[in-house]
Amino acid sequence: MFDGNTFQSPAKSEVISDSETYWNPGKTRFWTAAGIDLVIDRREGYYLWDMGGKRLIDLHLNGGTYNLGHRNPEVMAAVIDAMGRFDMGNHHFPSMTRAALSRALIETAPNGLTRVAFGSGGGEAVDIALKSARHATQKRKIVSVVKAYHGHTGLALATGDDRFGKFFLSDRTDEFVQVPFNDLTAMETALAGGDVAAVILETIPATYGFPLPQPGYIEGVKRLCERVDALYIADEVQTGLMRTGALWAIEKHDVRPDILVTGKGLSGGMYPIAAALLSDRAGAWLDEDGFAHMSTFGGAELGCIAALKTLEITTRPEVGLMVHYVSDFFATGLAEIHADCPDWFVGIRQNGLIFGLEFNHPEGAKYVMRSLYEHGVWAIFSTLDPAVLQFKPGILLSPELCDEILGRVGIAVRACRDEAARPGRRVS
Amino acid sequence: MTPERAGLVLEQARWAARAFETYDAASVSRIVEATAEAADLAATKYAEWAVRETGMGVVADKVAKNKACSSGLVDEYRNRDFVSPRLDPDRRVIELPRPAGVVLGVVPTTNPVASIYFKVLLCLMTRNAIVIAPHPRAKDCSVDAARLLAAAAEAAGAPRGVIQVLEEPSIPIMEALMSDPRTDVILATGGSAVVRAAYSSGNPALSVGPGNVPTFIDASADLPAAVREILASKAFDNSVLCTNESVLVVERSVGPAVRRELQRAGAAILDGEDGVRLRRAMFDGGNLNPEVIGRDATWIAQLAGVSVPRSTRVLVVPFAHVVDEELMTHEKLSPVLGLVEVDSVAAAFEACRAVVSIGGAGHSASIHTEDPRMVMDFAARVPVLRLTVNVGNSAGSSGLTTGLAPSMTLGTGFMGGSSLGANLQPSHLVNWTACAYATASVNDLEAYRGLNPWRLTTGGPVPPWPVASNLHEPELIQSGAHAGVSAALIEQIRRLVVEELEGLVGGAGSG
Repeated sequence: MFDGNTFQSPAKSEVISDSETYWNPGKTRFWTAAGIDLVIDRREGYYLWDMGGKRLIDLHLNGGTYNLGHRNPEVMAAVIDAMGRFDMGNHHFPSMTRAALSRALIETAPNGLTRVAFGSGGGEAVDIALKSARHATQKRKIVSVVKAYHGHTGLALATGDDRFGKFFLSDRTDEFVQVPFNDLTAMETALAGGDVAAVILETIPATYGFPLPQPGYIEGVKRLCERVDALYIADEVQTGLMRTGALWAIEKHDVRPDILVTGKGLSGGMYPIAAALLSDRAGAWLDEDGFAHMSTFGGAELGCIAALKTLEITTRPEVGLMVHYVSDFFATGLAEIHADCPDWFVGIRQNGLIFGLEFNHPEGAKYVMRSLYEHGVWAIFSTLDPAVLQFKPGILLSPELCDEILGRVGIAVRACRDEAARPGRRVS
Repeated sequence: MTPERAGLVLEQARWAARAFETYDAASVSRIVEATAEAADLAATKYAEWAVRETGMGVVADKVAKNKACSSGLVDEYRNRDFVSPRLDPDRRVIELPRPAGVVLGVVPTTNPVASIYFKVLLCLMTRNAIVIAPHPRAKDCSVDAARLLAAAAEAAGAPRGVIQVLEEPSIPIMEALMSDPRTDVILATGGSAVVRAAYSSGNPALSVGPGNVPTFIDASADLPAAVREILASKAFDNSVLCTNESVLVVERSVGPAVRRELQRAGAAILDGEDGVRLRRAMFDGGNLNPEVIGRDATWIAQLAGVSVPRSTRVLVVPFAHVVDEELMTHEKLSPVLGLVEVDSVAAAFEACRAVVSIGGAGHSASIHTEDPRMVMDFAARVPVLRLTVNVGNSAGSSGLTTGLAPSMTLGTGFMGGSSLGANLQPSHLVNWTACAYATASVNDLEAYRGLNPWRLTTGGPVPPWPVASNLHEPELIQSGAHAGVSAALIEQIRRLVVEELEGLVGGAGSG
C-alpha cells in the first residue's frame, strides 16, 4: 500500500472494486477471471510488485515503454532536474528542449529523415504520419496489413485491425485497405490503382505476435511504394530503440523510410511523448503551414528531457553490445526449452530482443501468461494472435537476471502444457 | 560520466566475463600472446607518453618495465595453465579453475602503463574481464593503452567488453564502482587512502599498501657492489616503483667507506644546510610534494636551490635518528635516499624496523651481506614480506631480477592491512572448484585425463549481430510465415539478404 504525503492508497480489494465501479469494469473483470489479480504497486528496474507483495519480473514492458527498466535512475534524475525549471511548455513556440530532442532524433535517424513532429502518444504520431503522407501525395488511401495495430486515435484506429475500429463504428474500408502480411502480390494489387498515399508497416507486427517479415518483404514493399509514388511509413513504436540490436529495426533492412514513428519507450516510461520523423517531402507541410497540426501535449518539454536522456543511454556503445549478449543468451536458452517440448512450444520468432513464442493451441499464450504469472514473470499474449506470447526482455538486463528469467520461463512453459492439452479448457 | 553510466560498463563486463569463462586453454593462450605482442610493440610509445603526461620516470626504464609486463610476463607464465582442469590422483581430487569475473583495476599515476599491461594480462590469462580505473593524472596514456590492448584481445577472439577503461576517471566514480555488487574483485594499487577505500567497499579486494624500503649494508658485504646496486635501483625510473630504497642503514664503522663509494658511483651527499633545503622543497607540511615524484636528481636539487654536479643520479641525505618527525624517513618516490649510521647490527635492525613502521609495513626491504644468519635474523625481525639479498630492490622485489613473481602489485599482507601477502600473480585471480573422492577410494582419476568442460558458447568476439530468426534458421520458424514458399526459394532469398546485411553491417561497429 502506498502511503505518500499527498496520496494514500486504500487496500487492494478496494482498489479493484473502485476500478470496476469507476474505471473499466470489463478490463478489471477480465484480469480477475484470468487469475491475474495484479495491482502494480512498487516498480524498480525490471521488477514489479503487486500490492499484495508478490514480485514479478517484467517482460511485457508495455511494448518497450520500459526498455531501460522501470524508473531508470538516470531518466528520473533528468526529469526531476528539469522540473525545477520547466513544465510541459507552450507548444506554439520554439523551445530549448524540443529543439534539442528534434536534433538528437534526426542525427540518429536513418538517412533521409529531416524533421520531427511530436505527439503525446504513438496513435497521435501515427495520425500525424498518415496526414503528412496524404498532404505530400495529395492521395487518401492508406494500406496496412491484416491484423495490423497502430493505435486507437482516429486515422491510426482506422488503419488497424477492425477488432477495434468496427466496435466504435470507426472503420473506413474505402480509404483504409488491408492486405495479408508477407504477401507481396497482394500488396502489389492494393497499390496498383496509383491512389495510395502510404503503406504503413510495423517492422515486426507486435500485436499480431511478432511474425517476422520474410527476407526481402520489407524491401519489396518499399520498391512497390516507389513505383506508385506512395510513401513508406515505418512504425517503430515497438521495434525501435535498440530492441533488435539496431536503434531502429528498419535499419536492418535496405530501406529508407519516408516516415518513422516512435513512441512508448522513447521517454523511458517517465513522461509521455511520441514523434513522427519525416523526410523533406513528407514534412513539407511544416514549411507551408506550421500550424496545420497542433497538439498541446505533443512534444511536452518534460517529455523531451526524458526522451533526450533515454536516447543518450540507448545509443551508448555498451548498451548495443549488451543487446547482442542478451539476445544471444535467450536465443540459446529458449531453443533448449523449445527442444524439450516441441509439441507444445512450437516456434520462436526472434529478432534481437523481440520474441514471439508460439504455442500449439489457439489461445496457448494465455495459459503461458498465467503460468508465468504464477512463477513470478509478467509477459502478455498477443492480442491479435493469442497463440503467441510476446516475450520482450529489457535491453539492460544483467546476466544473473537473465538466468533467473530463463529458469522461471522453463518451469512455467512446461507447467501449463498439460493443462492446455485438456479438451474443452479455455482460459478467460 | 555518471556513476550509473559507469555501472553499465560493469554490466557489460559481466556479460563479457560470462562469455570468457567458457574459453578453453588454446583460445586463451592465443588471446594472451596476441595482446602481449601488441603491448610489447607499443612499449616505447607508451613509455614516452607516460613520461610526457605525468612528468615522472625515465623513458628507457619505462620501456624496460613495459616489456617486462608484456612479453616478459607471458614468457614467465607460458607454461602455466589457469584454464584447464588439474588432477591430483594422490589426493583423489580434480580441480576446475573458476575466474573471479569482473575485476576492477585501479591504476596509479607512477606506473600507469606497466600496471595496465600487468593487470590486463593477468586477467586475460585467467579469463577475467577487467575495468580499468586510471589515475586522472595519467589518463590519456592509460586510456589509449587500454584501448589498444582491448582491440588486440578482441581481434584475437576475446569477447567484446572484456577490457574496458573509464575514460573520465574521478573519485566518486571509482568509489561507486568499488562498492558496486557487479564488481567481483578490486585490484587496487596506490596510496593508503585508495587501499582502505577498496577494503571498506564491501567487495573482495586484493589491495596493497605503500612501501618504504630500508636497505642495510652489513660490514661483511661487497661494499662497492652493494652501493652500485642501490644507486642503480634508485636511478631506475627515478624511483617511482614502490620497491625503491628509501633509507640506507650502515654501521658507523663502514660509514666513511660507504660515503666514498656513494660519491664515486654518482650520488651527491647533502649534509647540513643543503639537506634542510631539500627537505623543505620535498615535503610541504609533512606531505610529499607530488611535483618531485619520479623527477631527475638534478631537477630536484635545482628545485631545492642546492647545487650538485650535473652527473648526479641520486641525492643522499644523512640523518641521525629514524623517527617519524624526520622527513627523510618517509617514502620519497624520487631518487633521494636517506642515510643513517648506527652503532651495531642490532641497532641497524631496529632502524630498519622503524623505517618500515613509519610507512611500509609488510612491503619490502633489502640487505647486502655475505652472512646467511644475518639474512635470517633480519627477515625474522623486520615486518616485511620480501627481503632481497645483494640486489637492487626496485627490480628485485618486483620480481624482475629475482625469482619472485614479476609484479606491479606487491602484497603487504596482514602486516600491511592487506589480504594479499605475495606478489600479485595470475593464480590470485582464480578460485578452484575441487571435486573430491574419498581418500580411501581406489580411483586413479585416469578417466578424467583429457576431459575439459570449457567450450566456446559464443561465436567469437561477440555474439553475432542479431538477425531475425527466419534469416539464419528458416526451419525453426513455422506457423504460416512461410506457407506456400518453397525451401529453395527461402534459401535463395536468405543468401541474398545475408549478403546485403553483411555489406551494411560491415562498417557498423557494435551497431
